[in-house]
Amino acid sequence: MTATAPARTGWLRDLRRIAVFTGKRLIALLLTVLVGVYMTIFIANMGGEVDDLRKIQIRSNVSEQVRADPAFFDLPSEERNELIETQVQREVERRRLDEPFLLRSVDYLQQAMVLDLGRAEEMHSDRGARDVYWIIVERLPATLLLFGTANLLVFFASVWAALWLSRRYGSVTDRSVIALAPSSAAPGWFYGIFLILIFAFLVPVLPPGGMVDIPPPESRWEYALSVMRHMILPVTAMFVSSIFISIYSWRTFFLIHSSEDYVEMARAKGLPSGLIERRYILRPTLSPIITSFALMLIGLWSGAIILEQVFNWPGLGTLLFQAIGHRDTPVIIGSVVIFAYLLAVTVFLLDILYAILDPRVRVGIEGDNR
Amino acid sequence: MRRWLDGLRELRQYPSAIGGMVLIVFLVALSVYTVIAIPYNQALELWRGGDEWNKHPVNAGPVWADRLLGGDKPETINVSGAEAPAREASFEGGRQVRMPLSFDYPYGDFPSEINLFLETQDTQREAFVRLSWQTPDGETIPLGGRRVAQQDRVSISQNRALEGRLGAPPHIALFADDPAAAEPNTVTGEYRLVVDAILFGEDASLEADLVVYGRVHGIAGTDHQRRDLMVALLWGTPVALAFGLLAAVGTTITTLIIAATGVWFGGLVDATIQRLTEVNIILPLLPILVMVGTLYSTSIWLMLGVVIALGIFSAGIKMYRAMLLPIRQAPYIEAARAYGASNTRIIMRYMIPRILPVLIPTFVTLIPTYVFLEASLAVLGLGDPILPTWGKVLNDAQVQSALYNGFYYWVVSPALLLMLTGLGFAMLGFALDRVFNPRLRTQ
Repeated sequence: MTATAPARTGWLRDLRRIAVFTGKRLIALLLTVLVGVYMTIFIANMGGEVDDLRKIQIRSNVSEQVRADPAFFDLPSEERNELIETQVQREVERRRLDEPFLLRSVDYLQQAMVLDLGRAEEMHSDRGARDVYWIIVERLPATLLLFGTANLLVFFASVWAALWLSRRYGSVTDRSVIALAPSSAAPGWFYGIFLILIFAFLVPVLPPGGMVDIPPPESRWEYALSVMRHMILPVTAMFVSSIFISIYSWRTFFLIHSSEDYVEMARAKGLPSGLIERRYILRPTLSPIITSFALMLIGLWSGAIILEQVFNWPGLGTLLFQAIGHRDTPVIIGSVVIFAYLLAVTVFLLDILYAILDPRVRVGIEGDNR
Repeated sequence: MRRWLDGLRELRQYPSAIGGMVLIVFLVALSVYTVIAIPYNQALELWRGGDEWNKHPVNAGPVWADRLLGGDKPETINVSGAEAPAREASFEGGRQVRMPLSFDYPYGDFPSEINLFLETQDTQREAFVRLSWQTPDGETIPLGGRRVAQQDRVSISQNRALEGRLGAPPHIALFADDPAAAEPNTVTGEYRLVVDAILFGEDASLEADLVVYGRVHGIAGTDHQRRDLMVALLWGTPVALAFGLLAAVGTTITTLIIAATGVWFGGLVDATIQRLTEVNIILPLLPILVMVGTLYSTSIWLMLGVVIALGIFSAGIKMYRAMLLPIRQAPYIEAARAYGASNTRIIMRYMIPRILPVLIPTFVTLIPTYVFLEASLAVLGLGDPILPTWGKVLNDAQVQSALYNGFYYWVVSPALLLMLTGLGFAMLGFALDRVFNPRLRTQ
């Protein structure tokens, strides 16, 4: 690219910078996920102590089998014990429990990183598969649907309302929103309980939980309609729990930025307020807005667990809850790994968006600061 | 110090701050009262349940809620035989005792259960009792007889034979004007259960307690194990406050110290802290807590430890770092260095106090987050195994389908307390935010 036109070079240089930046971030994030997942595995195996429990369980299972098998009834007890011993040994070797935990944990890590999450101990997917991967993937769309809808709704509603309020600050509406902001101290599931109480029991107009009617409607339209009806309450719960704090913080943010000199100048020039909002307030503040959006996503991933449980929504949260009930360790670890991946992907997308939105990252002034 | 006092003085101008503080003072007073009135061990003992509660009704609502809605549901009536005038007659080798247990029944609704608790002492053989029921109309209904063990419970309301004879469950039929009607009415007035006992032994004695279980109980009602919810609601307060406060203090202070250390030393230390923070942001807190709760123990103190441990390298570090970076260059830090202050001294005495006021609001608003986190874990069934908490009450209610069965009080009262806690701290925190961060102040 030595002999190309200057404009072209600039464009290419930008692209290369973004690529290098993205690459660096990707590697850093992969390492981060690696460490995070390893810690998860370590905690879930109690640093190897679970192995002893597993060995005890194998021994009791094997002895149970041998004792119950009529084929071995005639064996003298010594021979029977020997048989149990060898079978236990075989099972231990099959599960590689004789190797040191540290060695195996690396294997587990490798498997987890390529999303080979192993097989569930108790649970199975709706299709009947025992693979943790399938169990989780089957539940993922439900979670994405519910939380995607709620988050987008909260995000756009709050930014719009905040812009509107920042123009009318000090008004009654403005002050009532500020007064309502502390209501966000309670999480979504909390409001969910009240919504269920009111709209499903006191005034039974909406279903108290679940995702579709039972039995599910035949036609596609009715199915979608039924899902939407079931979504109203959980989405409202999430909306109520985060809308006011969201409006409050955006409003403060926009107020600070709308008193900047360049905004004042635009006003002095007599530009229409819509244009001022778009070009002078929203554009320069886009990267913080995106950041907060992504951070909200991160926050809500984990909040999902209980909300889903309260509304009996068949997503990842309910899955995790059921896995706890069954003490199904592979599923629990699998969910945590998936959560970690989702967070990492969110952070990564955020970084790329940063690079695209913030010219300073592209030119490389800020690039090294992160 | 002046800055703080000025801040506090300014705080009085905010109604939300006053409201928040009133709520917090109320909760703290409630906790202090609770801890004094029901000592820790007694609370655990009570919450474990069992015989202690067998004279309480199952799933009874609060009295005030029923009365407010214009209801007339009965409260539990407990008639002790010790106070009743007993007639005794001796015979060879034993005694005959006649014990009338009378009580006034003024309610418009039927009781939920009737039990008779009998305790005999110094009998050589099992005593024999015969029961009869006298209504205010003067009618006498024989309830049958039976042998009783040393400590026995005669469940009158679950006597199938009696139910068949009366045509309705005994606790309804015995109080109804017309048991066969679809919706019978209660007959108010004085009822009497006469216990005729034959005791075998010269010194044998009998104690009888008649319990006519109500449908409402106390301020908070009872749960499916007959436990008075008041115990859990009261004890939930100090537990929630302690958990929220300790978790908030633990995470904020450690985070702050680590952020300041990183900024001060820079270089490798800072880089390590930054990378650790990034790892930690990727670890999802709730699933990890769920995992720890499932695999290790659900003790509230272990959870607190994990919350703090995971909160040390939290996202807050990035924010504090941004605040501390300009302070590092401040002239007064340079001066401190010049007089030979140690690293620890500079971090602890010069850097951290500088940004503390900015953190106070964050700190206060963090408390309810952790209170709700504890409740969330409990709702997932990972509450502390022995301590009564609000979240565990909610969890019990959920498991027993309280809303479906119409036991609204069971869900509403712990939720209301959680809400009050959340609101109290959040309102104070928001007002503090405006006082200590003037840039955010509206007017």
